[in-house]
Amino acid sequence: MFECFTMASWSPYIVGAGIGVLSWLTFLLSDHPLGCSTAYARTAGMVESVLSQKNVGKMPYYRKFAPKVEWQWMLVLGVVIGAFISAYLSGTFSLQAVPPLFADTFGTGAALRFAVALVGGVLMGLGARWAGGCTSGHGISGTLQLSVASWIAAVCFFAGGILVAGMIYGFPIL
Amino acid sequence: MTLKQLRSNTHAQLVLGLVFGVAFGFLLQKGGVTEYGVILGQLLLTDFTVVKVMLAAIVVGMIGVFLMNRAGMVSLHTRSGSVGATVIGGLIFGAGFAVLGYCPGTAAGAFGSGALDAAIGMIGIAIGAGIFARFYPALDRTVLKRGEFPAETIPELVGMKRGIVVAVVAVLILCLLYSFEVLGI
Repeated sequence: MFECFTMASWSPYIVGAGIGVLSWLTFLLSDHPLGCSTAYARTAGMVESVLSQKNVGKMPYYRKFAPKVEWQWMLVLGVVIGAFISAYLSGTFSLQAVPPLFADTFGTGAALRFAVALVGGVLMGLGARWAGGCTSGHGISGTLQLSVASWIAAVCFFAGGILVAGMIYGFPIL
Repeated sequence: MTLKQLRSNTHAQLVLGLVFGVAFGFLLQKGGVTEYGVILGQLLLTDFTVVKVMLAAIVVGMIGVFLMNRAGMVSLHTRSGSVGATVIGGLIFGAGFAVLGYCPGTAAGAFGSGALDAAIGMIGIAIGAGIFARFYPALDRTVLKRGEFPAETIPELVGMKRGIVVAVVAVLILCLLYSFEVLGI
């Protein structure tokens, strides 16, 4: 009966449908759409407020998104835990610094991968707040509410991603 | 406790956020979308797992949220967008998506599955968000409001009833997913 929890992977349709049902519950019980990137902005604000309390209180962005632990921050924390439980149950949990695809092309050196991940993360954090959402906030929650901005954002996420991924690994079609 | 009380109970919401997050992370990991190779595979158009998960989530979520909204049980949370904010921000995000190989949610899930580069990526995302916060007043004055979209939602944009748009989008998504299976994508 519990075999499904120990399976390494589920059909993407089952997983997607599950996320869809989860979004019903977040709307119903929490009055929140699923989203992740605001939590990172709040975290940045929390770090900054440790460094300088006065500055953060004056910054308009942190007045909009107060630097504190709230629903979405707990959601992102939960994602770490939930993914750990899933990986642990299926026996696929393993500490890994360099993903195999990256290692095949750029070698197994962790320093290069970490530097690239940091740069990619900075771009992503900047872009997510610039666009007002990420792959979950715009890509799933906004699109399912038929938001014009979210559908356009999702197309731009993939357009930018496909272009830059092609620049990194070569365009498979060409 | 009524729904209204539950939604305004700060403590209960922190617990619910965590519980929803655990479920979300569990699903993302089981779907394989917490793997760098799967996300890059999507962006290189060799593996359509990410798009399949997203489209299935959209179709299921859209129908349920629409029905609950019509029954007065939930309210919608859509925001306006613009070329200056949505398109430029979206393209920057896309570049980060390809370079990092995770998104803000799946990076958290990848970290939970043991990917240390995802943890570095999460630090980067927070730094990037902090940079945006710093430049927000200047960006807001200059680019963010450029070319505002004429409507907030697709039903308003096309002038059709929400229920009809929901049905059309659901059929289009199901046709797309069906064609993926037929073509073996």
